[in-house]
Amino acid sequence: MGDILGIERLNFRYPESPKNAVSDFELSIPEGEIAVLAGPSGCGKSTLLRTVNGLIPHMYGGEYSGDVIVAGSSVKGSSMRDLAQTVGFLFQNPENQIFMFTVERDIAFGLENLGVPREEMRARVDEALRLLRIGDLAQRAPHELSDGQKQRVALAGVLAMRPKLVILDEPTSLLDPKTASELVALVARLREELGTTFVVVEHRLDLLVGVADRLVVMDGGRKVLEGAPRDVLFGDDAEAHGVAIPAVTRVQKALTESKGGRAVAGRLLTPSELASAVEGRQG
Amino acid sequence: MIEFRDVTFVHQNGVKALDGVSLRVEAGEFVALVGENGAGKTTLVKHVTGLLKPASGSVLVDGVDTREASTAQLSRKVGVAFQNPDHQLFSETVEEEMSFALRNFGFSPELVRNRVAWGLELFGLEEYRRSSPLVLSGGEKKRLTLACILAWDPQVVILDEPTVGQDAIQKERLAGTIQMLKSAGKTVLVVSHDIEFLWPIQPRVVVMKGGRVVGDGPSADLMQDRDLLGSARIAQPQLVEFYQALHRRPVAPFVHALDAARWAGETLQP
Repeated sequence: MGDILGIERLNFRYPESPKNAVSDFELSIPEGEIAVLAGPSGCGKSTLLRTVNGLIPHMYGGEYSGDVIVAGSSVKGSSMRDLAQTVGFLFQNPENQIFMFTVERDIAFGLENLGVPREEMRARVDEALRLLRIGDLAQRAPHELSDGQKQRVALAGVLAMRPKLVILDEPTSLLDPKTASELVALVARLREELGTTFVVVEHRLDLLVGVADRLVVMDGGRKVLEGAPRDVLFGDDAEAHGVAIPAVTRVQKALTESKGGRAVAGRLLTPSELASAVEGRQG
Repeated sequence: MIEFRDVTFVHQNGVKALDGVSLRVEAGEFVALVGENGAGKTTLVKHVTGLLKPASGSVLVDGVDTREASTAQLSRKVGVAFQNPDHQLFSETVEEEMSFALRNFGFSPELVRNRVAWGLELFGLEEYRRSSPLVLSGGEKKRLTLACILAWDPQVVILDEPTVGQDAIQKERLAGTIQMLKSAGKTVLVVSHDIEFLWPIQPRVVVMKGGRVVGDGPSADLMQDRDLLGSARIAQPQLVEFYQALHRRPVAPFVHALDAARWAGETLQP
């Protein structure tokens, strides 16, 4: 399969800003991958996402060079309407994308705008309700829901559009840990079942390293690290760029680096894997 | 310092958000409030600030019943950085945002200047002094609301999901700020899902579920109770999971990754 997202020598500077928010950025994401984008606050992640969903250059002015290709089409040459069907976007704060009187209407909103036939719309809304396990909320008013529930409603609205590429901007930050792991498992399942590509901006990597194919680290508007999550996290540079190293990885690194300590083979990601390895047990 | 006596609160839609909550937090204590989405954590916080009043039972802050105190009186004692900073920021510049409450509380112009400079420096926001709060990133806005609150030096500091949008470096600084508040004798209440953030700073942990307090104890004990945490949809810290998965292990779980690595290196030599 080809690349669903290609970023080619992208530079972008906001009007009246002295420096580029994104500099010389190159990235290729093959279809069906789960890629994680990390980096310190203010590193340019949000700007980069806006160049993918088309807010840049269509809504924001500024100096733009290079190209962003989504599903074979250049973002600067595509309409926002076309992009809305290809790229789904879940904002950091779900309140920015929930506004209808019932959860069900909210999920259907994007489909209504596209003129999707009624039966098809019904099926897609039901599927989204089921996927997110929020069927019991269908007739509730979104403003009565907790933040975690709002997050799930917003994601249901995104998935109902069946986009090829879904961008999640810190999707687990307002969710309790179990709900957060369920969301990550859901993302992995959707990738398997639908072949959807996900780009996830996330600081909490402990949840995602197990399912992600690629970890991209940005700093100062540039791409500074890229690779399989295990490789990037075990490298020496990730921490300096504000990436949260999971505790299991930190224990293993410290154990391997300590004087007289013994190396634990492999790059382990779960606490039980690590416990077995240090005690010399199998599996 | 804060006392909940059999507090019940029902939202207008009929949902019982607090269901017989009794809880006592002493002055200078550091408490983390955890629990699934909708467990009643934010409702509980709003009772401490007097934004909500109990339907039955009572809430006392520094000995004063919140039903008999004005929100202004309580806010001098209790500073809250809410989950969504957009609800708290309204001034034209970051500097003005920080000065606003200080002037309202009657601080002298000189003190206002000093406190603003202190807060901007502490939270790495100096470069935005004359910017609009609206241009800040989500993480920066959260730091600004926290700076605003700490500037007026309340006795109780409440942080609702403070790590959301913060990178690893900022989280470490935030942990440092909490240590600073503890050593200054502040009562600190943190609402957070970020168990990996909470574990190394070892708060007393209060677990909520369905509007009730279902668990309360030191981190080291409570975070080992897998069944309790699971029922409240809370994950265990990785270091506790690692500790519990070991066959041979020390008497208490590892607080820091380096402790775990040192112990494993010394004890488990082949």
